Amino acid sequence: MPIIQAFWAIIRRDLLLAFRRRAEMANPLFFFVLVVALFPLAVGAQPNLLRAMAPGVIWVSALLAALLSLDGLFRSDFEDGSLEQMLLSPHALSILVLGKIIAHWLVTGLPLLLVAPLLAVFLGLPEQAMGTLWLTLILATPLLSLIGAIGVALTVGLRRGGMLLSLLVLPLYVPVLIFASGAVDRAASGLPVNAQLNILLAMLLSALVLVPLPTAAALKMSVN
Amino acid sequence: MSWIPAPVSRFFHRTSSPPYFYALADRFIPWLTVIFLVLLGAGLYGGLYLAPTDYQQGDSYRIIYIHVPAAWMSLFIYVLMAVMGGIALIWRMKLAEVMLISSAPIGAGFTFVALVTGSLWGKPMWGTWWVWDARLTSELILLFLYMGVISLYGAIEEKRAAARAVSILALVGVVNIPIIHYSVQWWNTLHQGPTVSKMDKPSIHVSMLVPLLLMAVAFKFYYLIAVLQAAKLELLKRETSSQWVKALLEKQA
Repeated sequence: MPIIQAFWAIIRRDLLLAFRRRAEMANPLFFFVLVVALFPLAVGAQPNLLRAMAPGVIWVSALLAALLSLDGLFRSDFEDGSLEQMLLSPHALSILVLGKIIAHWLVTGLPLLLVAPLLAVFLGLPEQAMGTLWLTLILATPLLSLIGAIGVALTVGLRRGGMLLSLLVLPLYVPVLIFASGAVDRAASGLPVNAQLNILLAMLLSALVLVPLPTAAALKMSVN
Repeated sequence: MSWIPAPVSRFFHRTSSPPYFYALADRFIPWLTVIFLVLLGAGLYGGLYLAPTDYQQGDSYRIIYIHVPAAWMSLFIYVLMAVMGGIALIWRMKLAEVMLISSAPIGAGFTFVALVTGSLWGKPMWGTWWVWDARLTSELILLFLYMGVISLYGAIEEKRAAARAVSILALVGVVNIPIIHYSVQWWNTLHQGPTVSKMDKPSIHVSMLVPLLLMAVAFKFYYLIAVLQAAKLELLKRETSSQWVKALLEKQA
């Protein structure tokens, strides 16, 4: 089987598995909405304050939702042995891993776009920032899945890797958070956001190329 | 490996053998300690006594003789760890793994010292212990990166596997450090601009600069001493059952 077919097969398989467990798919979404809803309860419901905080709140919540969903990326494959099969397959592990990451993003990252308008209304985000919010979510949630994959690959062999995973991954998320929420913030005040979007795109492209390599190396370490 | 001259590669192969390295470290540490103490004495004397008082910041600027070298070291050690990680991953050199993991707590220590001294200096200068300034924030994130390395190594039972994991993490981290640094800088900055590294003409007077550089070199020597000690301990822990450790213990008993 040529490598490109193996790549698509991995994506198809992971999507199929995800659709068989539809209830789990909705969890990151509920989590995302719930965390955003906690902020007005904690800081008070002044519309001005919420509007000013909206980009940050939405992005921190998206980041946490991505972080929580990361554990499922390799966990079940690690437990049932499919990961070992992938290691044994003649194809480059990094390509297969990239397929898994893309499938994971399609299932957990892309749906965040669906609820983003709801959250924007919750927090009174100006309508002109809506498009930018969507764009940053499209560009930056794959980045979260990609960067997170390295952390998951390093900790998948550990029984209690949850806290450790956040310690490893959150510092690496900082640039994504800065540029994504910065872009939404600027859009809300009607400023141009090209620079931030370009940087996010650049980070996404380089992560697409670079991330599968350490992830594959880390998975080899974890499986042995 | 033909592009590496034979004597160099021989040196590396010899040094990377644990017993040889252990003996070598033992022989070097006293000398390094002497050099460190001399440099430290000279640096502190120059910095705290000879250097003039700053016309704006008074005497509180003198904390830079600890703060700046510690901040330099914090970055330097992380980069060094990544280099060790690369060597450990490519050539499977045990000694590189040992050096990498021994460096992590020291680097975290320097990062912590840089943060604390920066905050102590910030109180009289900026009127607050902490500001979300670019360099402070990236230094804080660097501390978290160190913590990640240390806890990942602690979490994995099998130490060779742990060393591989840590090597990968160090390499990933070092690619990210410049990105984090510049993104944070874009985000916010209040810190005074660089005064020493400006190539053409440093905007710091020579009488202040010389002690600072002396302190920076002294800190490098301190790092060498500390990392060699830690590496010796780590080697003993890893090789408890090997012949040379037994021979060493018998000789000392």
